[in-house]
Amino acid sequence: MSAHDPIELAAARPDFAAIAEWIPEGASVLDLGCGDGGLLRYLKETRSVRGYGVEISGANIVACIRNGVNVIQGDLESGLSGFESNAFDYVLLSQTLQATRHTEALVREMLRVGREGVVSFPNFGHWKARMNVIRGHMPVSRELPYQWYDTPNVHLCTLRDFEKFCADLHVRILDRRVMTRQREVRLLPNLLGSMAVYRFRRGQ
Amino acid sequence: MDTSDSIGTVSAQRAQFDTPLVFRSGAVLPRYELVYETYGTLNSDKSNAILVCHALSGNHHVAGYYADDPKSAGWWDNMIGPGKPIDTNRFFVIGLNNLGGCHGSTGPSSINPATGKPYGSTFTVVTVEDWVESQARLADIFGIEKFAAVVGGSLGGMQAMQWSLSYPDRVGHVLVIAAAPHLTAENIAFNDVARNAILTDPDYFGGNFYERGVVPKRGLRLARMLGHITYLSDDAMANKFGRSLRSGKLGYSYDIEFEIESYLRYQGDKFAGYFDANTYLLMTKALDYFDPAREFDGNLDKAFAAARADFLVVSFTTDWRFSPERSREIVSALLHNRRNVSYAEIASTHGHDSFLMQDEHYHDVVRAYLDRIAGEFSV
Repeated sequence: MSAHDPIELAAARPDFAAIAEWIPEGASVLDLGCGDGGLLRYLKETRSVRGYGVEISGANIVACIRNGVNVIQGDLESGLSGFESNAFDYVLLSQTLQATRHTEALVREMLRVGREGVVSFPNFGHWKARMNVIRGHMPVSRELPYQWYDTPNVHLCTLRDFEKFCADLHVRILDRRVMTRQREVRLLPNLLGSMAVYRFRRGQ
Repeated sequence: MDTSDSIGTVSAQRAQFDTPLVFRSGAVLPRYELVYETYGTLNSDKSNAILVCHALSGNHHVAGYYADDPKSAGWWDNMIGPGKPIDTNRFFVIGLNNLGGCHGSTGPSSINPATGKPYGSTFTVVTVEDWVESQARLADIFGIEKFAAVVGGSLGGMQAMQWSLSYPDRVGHVLVIAAAPHLTAENIAFNDVARNAILTDPDYFGGNFYERGVVPKRGLRLARMLGHITYLSDDAMANKFGRSLRSGKLGYSYDIEFEIESYLRYQGDKFAGYFDANTYLLMTKALDYFDPAREFDGNLDKAFAAARADFLVVSFTTDWRFSPERSREIVSALLHNRRNVSYAEIASTHGHDSFLMQDEHYHDVVRAYLDRIAGEFSV
């Protein structure tokens, strides 16, 4: 099996499968911070999406081209001015939200260029993270693998934080999946879930 | 020279065209010749052909070297050859000298058969669209219905773009490198200063200097010196020359003192020794005129509506003559038309000249994209 086999990919990145479940066949997709293009390729192979990735790293640009996906080299922090309003069905931000500086502006931009937004992020409210803090340390885990001094994550949040953020921005949450490893978490998600995926759109 | 991964010795060929070519200017050339080189092997269904378009001072000698001169490496030899990003083991590559050139294709210095004298000032101003037309006729000679890719940097990138608009069904992929959707006023201004250097040279004689046995070398030299400054970056010049003095001390004279002066004059002299002044004028005009959005009230999105190809657009961070912003305009127009497009902005210190340089990441990008194209046909 190749490293990009859809089944293997879904196992390595449980948010991929969760996101794919929400994306209808043939949708147009913009993937912000698309990394090596793995998610876009997965969505192309499983959902026949048409789409583009935006990525800042040169090495990832090469990887995306090798993965056969369209990629535009650029910095999310400087906005999405190259993209027209309502150009996409879905704008994705997979495991990137917590590393953005202008998070609020970016979420607004997502909903300008896309009909719906999808974000996944590590839950800072997970009990393991809380335990770390109670013990006097910044959390380090599978989802948050960095030390406090080398982390790219500048805007970590809990599920409750994100939901309040959406309410303040008049963003309507349509769907939520909370997971730990590959298992869905329904009980006390803000405590027991290590990762969350949200689907949302502009509020009325 | 290390020739281990070079395509090796190559030789130029010549094609004669007897069907008149009507230019955008209205001029008609009843017959003309194009000189070209090819590398690699055209496959049986003729689906592996790549056309390489040259920039202002380029020509058909893109890769390899001539048997009688091992130092005569083609201008993009680092990009094209066996195992190189544009791999001649898989692709059949054509490079040609554009019409109006001075390296063998019909141009101002060629003899006009109607008069027995060089065309000189009577050679029409050629546009990028005219070149694409002549290139399509060259493709016809090989029976190539559709190029796997058309590739070009700078003015060559403009030709590659024009291919997607003039012949949308005859090109699968377009690689637009260090180019722009049209020149800015500043860019036209640089070209006009270069042209003025030539036009006001007393040896120019209104373009008909050939019969007088002179060459407007002073003008050409100045034009090239100016151009060269704009192809480099401030950083590249500072790193390479800084404020170094040739003799180590100030001479209080107007002789060559700084290393940068020495370098520019050397480059200017070398260029004036082989390049044709009329060709230089014509090439800069083609640059100034290129503007596919012009017919669409300046709307580039509408101009690209005709395109059917997939695109790779590449720019370089220190290129101020064809800056990354200009490439992003191309990318935006392609996005708005839902074309398949990838865009790479390469960190480089070499300014506009970066597109000709050996750079591992830049070459990785092109190689990755070409590998993808190669996956679409059988060798």
